Amino acid sequence: MPALIHQSKKARNSPGGLSQTSAAVSLPASCAILSRGAAKSSPRRPADPMAIAAIERTAKHMVLTVQDYSLFAHRAVMNLFRPPRYWTDFLIQSNIIGVGSTSIVLLSGFFTGGVLALQSAATLSEFGATAVTGRFVSITMIRELGPVLTGIMVAGRNASSMASELGSMVVTEQIDAMRALGVDPMRKLVTPRLFACISMLLFLTILADACGILGGGFVTVFMNHQNGTQYISQAWEHLRYPDIIQGLAKPLFSGFIIASIGCFYGMRTSGGTEGVGRSTIQAVVTSSVLIIFVDFLVTQVLLTLFPAP
Amino acid sequence: MIEPPASAHPAQAEPAPGGSAPSLAPSADAAPPVVAFRNVSIAFDGPPVLQDISFSVAPGETRILLGPAGVGKSVMLKLVNGLLRPDRGGILLFGQEITTMPEQQLFPLRTRTGMVFQEGALFDSLTVRDNVAYQLIQEGVPDDEIDRRVRDALRFVELEETFDFYPASLSGGMRRRVAIARALIHQPELILYDSPTGGLDPVTSTTIIELIVKERDVYRTPSLLVTHRLQDAFTLCTHRFDAEEGKMVPLPQGETDPDTTFLMLEEGRLIFDGSLRDLLHTPNKFVREFLE
Repeated sequence: MPALIHQSKKARNSPGGLSQTSAAVSLPASCAILSRGAAKSSPRRPADPMAIAAIERTAKHMVLTVQDYSLFAHRAVMNLFRPPRYWTDFLIQSNIIGVGSTSIVLLSGFFTGGVLALQSAATLSEFGATAVTGRFVSITMIRELGPVLTGIMVAGRNASSMASELGSMVVTEQIDAMRALGVDPMRKLVTPRLFACISMLLFLTILADACGILGGGFVTVFMNHQNGTQYISQAWEHLRYPDIIQGLAKPLFSGFIIASIGCFYGMRTSGGTEGVGRSTIQAVVTSSVLIIFVDFLVTQVLLTLFPAP
Repeated sequence: MIEPPASAHPAQAEPAPGGSAPSLAPSADAAPPVVAFRNVSIAFDGPPVLQDISFSVAPGETRILLGPAGVGKSVMLKLVNGLLRPDRGGILLFGQEITTMPEQQLFPLRTRTGMVFQEGALFDSLTVRDNVAYQLIQEGVPDDEIDRRVRDALRFVELEETFDFYPASLSGGMRRRVAIARALIHQPELILYDSPTGGLDPVTSTTIIELIVKERDVYRTPSLLVTHRLQDAFTLCTHRFDAEEGKMVPLPQGETDPDTTFLMLEEGRLIFDGSLRDLLHTPNKFVREFLE
């Protein structure tokens, strides 16, 4: 601390008669911590310029990232309405995203439905209502857990894959090579991934829902020793169209988020192989969080549009 | 065999030691330049990478861009076909101003150029055939014609046997040669070489330089070549391709290729623009140190 006070005194006693504020501003970066310490001793402490600058930089960076992402997503969507369209790439990506993710989606859906049946039966038995396990599992799977879990599973597998693949192409100049060969990477790489992901996530969610209900039925019949027919009839009869609309609307948003975020972070990769790793992490984290956030918003909107009976 | 482009014909560049700004308007008796830079500057979140760069590439001319590593040579190459945009100045490519041209309009213009990247930049997931034929596949050329033209291009770089290989199974030198085949297959009107011999052993480097000399002397395509290896630059200038012998041979003592000229960068500024003779006799201290 003596050094800090010394610095502050030196500033006050300078021939130019610098005030404490102006002295702090004029200090080099290496002395910033010293000036902060000196400022603490003053009752009229000015705002720390370094901290403000850091906050300003971060805020600007965030706003710019959102702006870049918006423009990126807009271009990716609009490319579908202008030739050339790469349908072969759309089919290839549909195969990679849809067929490639089927096994993990089926397994996670089945076990989620099973866990739901186990947990709900334990709670419902307290009220003597184990008969409604089927209703509970089907509505929960179709309205919420099917879309969200499928989205997160596919994000983990495919947003990371897109970010790392495109990121590697950026750092090895393959994207520049594509542009130099007269091909637009946005049309060739991003737009097919975007629409393949949206369409495939819809089907994957339906599969996950079905497997979840099946898993719940398996647990209900073979572990909880309840009536399977009752489970199925409960699951089926209490489903309403708004439930299905809610369950099928969410994967459209999730698919868009997974592909656009994965490609966005991939295409803005910099810093070599380390940068590819960073982009991959950012893509998975951002897309997973956004899926849950947008799920919340969509649920709120759809519950307003289709209120519960 | 790959047909030489109709527009490519030899023309001698006027040496301009010291690097004077070329006029973008073509004179009455000279063919318009394929590329013309006028006071081009660019920076990336820091000090300028290139400052006030002016030069041109005439039809049939090969320009060798020299300079130490990190001086902005690759950036300059990427400015030529619009992969990067300058902060200031103007760039003419095939007579069209590309500085403010929308990306969608640049794509057809880029198909008239061929570019060989530093590490080849081959597409990992595609075979050599599909890499070399990339542009043709996008244009929907029939498979039979694609196969024929790819084999021609691979024969030119003496790698016909790699037709079905994937880039991962090729050596560094072979990748560069495939990249040259990819750049040549569309009969470009301008070829850009970004350090084509960087990181290669001397024997492989000579093979690559021989291919560039062959391309220059057989098709007379104007080109801009970036390198920091003086030996490669001098070999290009002092050798020619002998079609009868099918190999590169040295020019007679004291002779140099009149269409091969030099540019030199120092700290983002163009400090030399002229022939090999001018380069060897320039009083510029940096050039002399670089040569020594």
